[in-house]
Amino acid sequence: MSKLRTMDFDGVIVGGGGAGMRAALQLSKSGYNTAVISKVFPTRSHTVSAQGGITCAIASDDPDDDWRWHMYDTVKGSDYIGDQDAIEYMCSVGPEAIFELEHMGLPFSRTESGRIYQRPFGGQSKNFGEGGQAARTCAAADRTGHALLHTLYQNNIKNDTVFFNEWFAIDLVKNQSGAVVGVIAICIETGEVVFIKAKATVFATGGAGRIYASTTNAHINTGDGIGMALRAGFPVQDIEMWQFHPTGIHGAGTLVTEGCRGEGGYLINKDGERFMERYAPNAKDLAGRDVVARSMVLEIIEGRGCGPEADHVFLKLDHLGEEVLETRLPGICELSRTFAHADPVKEPIPVVPTCHYMMGGIPTNVHGQVLTVDSFGQDSIVPGLYACGEAACVSVHGANRLGGNSLLDLVVFGRASGLFIESALRDGIDVADPSSSDVEDACNRLNKVNENSKGEKSSDLRKELQNVMQNHFGVFRNGKFMREGIEKLVDLRSRIYDARLDDKSQQFNTARIENLELQNLFEVAEATAIVAEGREESRGAHAREDFQDRDDENWLCHSMYYPTDRKVGKRDVNFTPKTVDTFQPKIRTY
Amino acid sequence: MLQVSLYRYSPETDEAPKMQDFRVDTGGKDLMVLDVLELVKSQLDSSVAYRRSCREGVCGSDGLNMNGKNGLACITPLSEVVKKGKLVIRPLPGLPVIRDLVVDMSLFYAQYEKVEPYLQNDESPPEIERLQTPEDREKLDGLYECILCACCSTSCPSFWWNPERFIGPAGLLQSYRFLADSRDTATQERLSKLEDPFSVFRCHGIQNCASVCPKGLNPTKAIGHIKSMLLSKSN
Repeated sequence: MSKLRTMDFDGVIVGGGGAGMRAALQLSKSGYNTAVISKVFPTRSHTVSAQGGITCAIASDDPDDDWRWHMYDTVKGSDYIGDQDAIEYMCSVGPEAIFELEHMGLPFSRTESGRIYQRPFGGQSKNFGEGGQAARTCAAADRTGHALLHTLYQNNIKNDTVFFNEWFAIDLVKNQSGAVVGVIAICIETGEVVFIKAKATVFATGGAGRIYASTTNAHINTGDGIGMALRAGFPVQDIEMWQFHPTGIHGAGTLVTEGCRGEGGYLINKDGERFMERYAPNAKDLAGRDVVARSMVLEIIEGRGCGPEADHVFLKLDHLGEEVLETRLPGICELSRTFAHADPVKEPIPVVPTCHYMMGGIPTNVHGQVLTVDSFGQDSIVPGLYACGEAACVSVHGANRLGGNSLLDLVVFGRASGLFIESALRDGIDVADPSSSDVEDACNRLNKVNENSKGEKSSDLRKELQNVMQNHFGVFRNGKFMREGIEKLVDLRSRIYDARLDDKSQQFNTARIENLELQNLFEVAEATAIVAEGREESRGAHAREDFQDRDDENWLCHSMYYPTDRKVGKRDVNFTPKTVDTFQPKIRTY
Repeated sequence: MLQVSLYRYSPETDEAPKMQDFRVDTGGKDLMVLDVLELVKSQLDSSVAYRRSCREGVCGSDGLNMNGKNGLACITPLSEVVKKGKLVIRPLPGLPVIRDLVVDMSLFYAQYEKVEPYLQNDESPPEIERLQTPEDREKLDGLYECILCACCSTSCPSFWWNPERFIGPAGLLQSYRFLADSRDTATQERLSKLEDPFSVFRCHGIQNCASVCPKGLNPTKAIGHIKSMLLSKSN
C-alpha cells in the first residue's frame, strides 16, 4: 500500500451538491488550491431535484418582511431543538447569500417589479406567528434546485475549481494526533486508489434517504459522509429525525413540491374532504411537514384513503387553472404525467408521505467545524474536518425542517465553511503528516470489500435493510417494534460487511461502489434505529405511539450517537442567539 | 418476459463490444427502462455498468440509446420504446465508450465550457438582486432547463463529425441562454468567439436535437437565434 499516490490540496470538499460547490467556490475565489470529489458529475447531485424554492427574508413579496420572523418560524418548526445561534446566523445572513446567487446568474422567477418571486410555503408566518401566512420562498419556477446547482457549477468552472468527477471517497485519514488530513478516494473510471491530502476536509455528502424503501431521494443518497464519520469514531446528532415529505407520488416516491400547496393546492381524502382543516385549522395544508404527514397517515389508517387499496390521498391542483400550473409548476405537471399518469390540470395527484430529508447529521458549529463531545461533556472541535449541508447538523432544522430551508442551509453554511477555512488557511494551518499505517488503515474497508467472494448479494441485503427501516422506523414509531427492528439490524451488520463482490474488475466497477455505499447506508440506519428507540418522547418528525407527548424536561436537547459503544447521549441546544431574545419553547400548533 | 439486448464492453477483457441478451420479468408492468436495468443488475448480472442518480428525469445521468432513439432511461416507459417484445439498449452514440453503457463525456463537457456558461456582467452588482422584468426572464425559459444529458449532441451528425470544433446543440443552447439574459453584458465578446465556420454554422437545422430532448427543449431554435445575432453583427 505504500505506493499509494498522494495528491495535495489546501481544501478538499467531498460532495458536489449545493453545499459542497458553494464551499468550493468560496475557497477557489480566494485563490486556494481547492478540489471537489464527487461520485457523480456535479450537476447530477441530489440538489438538482429540489423544486419549490429557497426560503429567505429578502423582502420582495412583503417589503416589511424581517429575518427575525423567518427565525421564529424555523425555531418553532424545529420543535425547539434547533440551535438558535445557528438559525439566527442562517436567517440573517441569508439575504446576502441569495443576492450573491442572483448576481452569479441564477434565473429566479420574477415579480412585476423585477424582483425575485417568492411563494408561500408551509410553517411560514409574519410577525412572529401573529401576522398570517407569509410568502418567503424564492423560486425559479419549480426547478429551483436545478437552477441553483447549475449556477454554482458554472461559477466553479469560472473560478477554476479542480473537480474529481466520478471519484468516490472511501474513508477519512487521521494522523497520529487524531486530526483529519484528507480522504482515501477511488477513481471510478480507472479504479485507481489515491490519498487526497488536505489541510481542510469538508464533508458535503448530502443525505441518506435510501435507507428507506420509499424515498424521494436519488439513488446516490447513501450517507457516505455519515458512514465515514461514524467509522472514524465521530458522533452524529439528532439522527433519529427523518422528515417524511407529505407529497411523494404514490408508488414512485418522486417528490411533488410543497409549493403546490403554496400556490393554492390542497389535500383531499376519499370523500373529497379537505381534511387538513381538521388537523391544522389555521395553516391547513401549509402546517409543518411533520404535522401534515401524520395527518395523512391517520386518514389512511382510519379508512379514508383513496384508490383501490385506500393507501394514499389526493393532491388537488386542477382548480388553479392551466396557466398557473404551466408557469409556476411546469416540472410538477411533467412528473405527475410521467410517474402518476395523472394530468394535474384535470385530475388530482395520488400522494403519500415519503422519506425525504435527514435533519440530523455530523454536528458542527456555524463555521462548519465538526464537533465531538469530550470526556467532560464539553464540545470539542475535530481538527481538519468540516461538514455542511444535509450531511451536517449545525443545527438549523432540529426535529423538523421547514420547506425551503434546506437550500438556504446549503448555501449559507457552504459559504460559511468556505469563509472560515479561507481565513484559517490565511493564518496558516500546520498539520502533521499521517504515518503510512494511518493511510493503510483508511484502506482496510476497500480491501475487505474487494476480497469478499462469498456472502450474500448486496442488492438483496439493501432491499432487506430498506424494508426494516420502512417497517420499523417510519412516520409512527413504538418501542417494542423498534427493538425488533434493532434486532434485525444486528443480524444485518455482518452480512452487509461480508456482502459478496462478483465483479472484481477495475474500470467503472459500479458493483464495488454499490457495496461500499451499502455499508454507509447501514451505518446511518443503525444509528437512526438506536437513537429513535432511545428518545422516549414525541417531537417534530419523531412520533412515538408509546410516548405521545413532547417531554421538555428530559428531551429538550440534541441526541448524540456515539459509534464506538453504540450509546445514546445528550447535548445542549443553543438558546442564546446574539442579537435577539431567546424564543422560548411553546406548544406547537398550526 | 421482456427480451433485453444490452451493449456490453469491458475494456479489461473485451477486444470488441458485443450485445448480450437477458430475459427480464417485468411482472407485466409498464416499467421505466431504468427499472429494467436495475432488475438486470440486481438479479441477473451485477457487472452491468450504467450511470443513474435522480431517477426522475432531472439529473441527466442516464441518457441512453433505446431501440435506436436517445432518451433518459428513467422517464422512458417500456410502452414507449419496446418493439415486438424486444428492447435494445446501447450507449449514446458518437462518444467513446468507457464500459458497457457508460460513455466518456469529456468532449461534450469541454464544448459546454467553451461557451463560458456563466453570467458575465462588468458592472458592480447592487445591494440587492439585479432587477429583471418577467418578460426578460421569460426569454430564459426553454434554455436554462437543460440537464446536460447529451441526448441532443449525441444524436447530431454534425457533432459526430466535428465533436472538437462544432459546439453542438447542448453547448449552443447554453450559449444562447446567456446571450438572451438581460443581465449579461458580454454579448459582443460571446458572439466574437462563435464567428468561425465550425462553432455554430455546422448546424444544418435537421432538428434531431429537438426531437430527442427529454426536457422538450429546442436547441435548433436557439441556434437559429445565435445565427441571426451573428449575421446582424457582421452587417
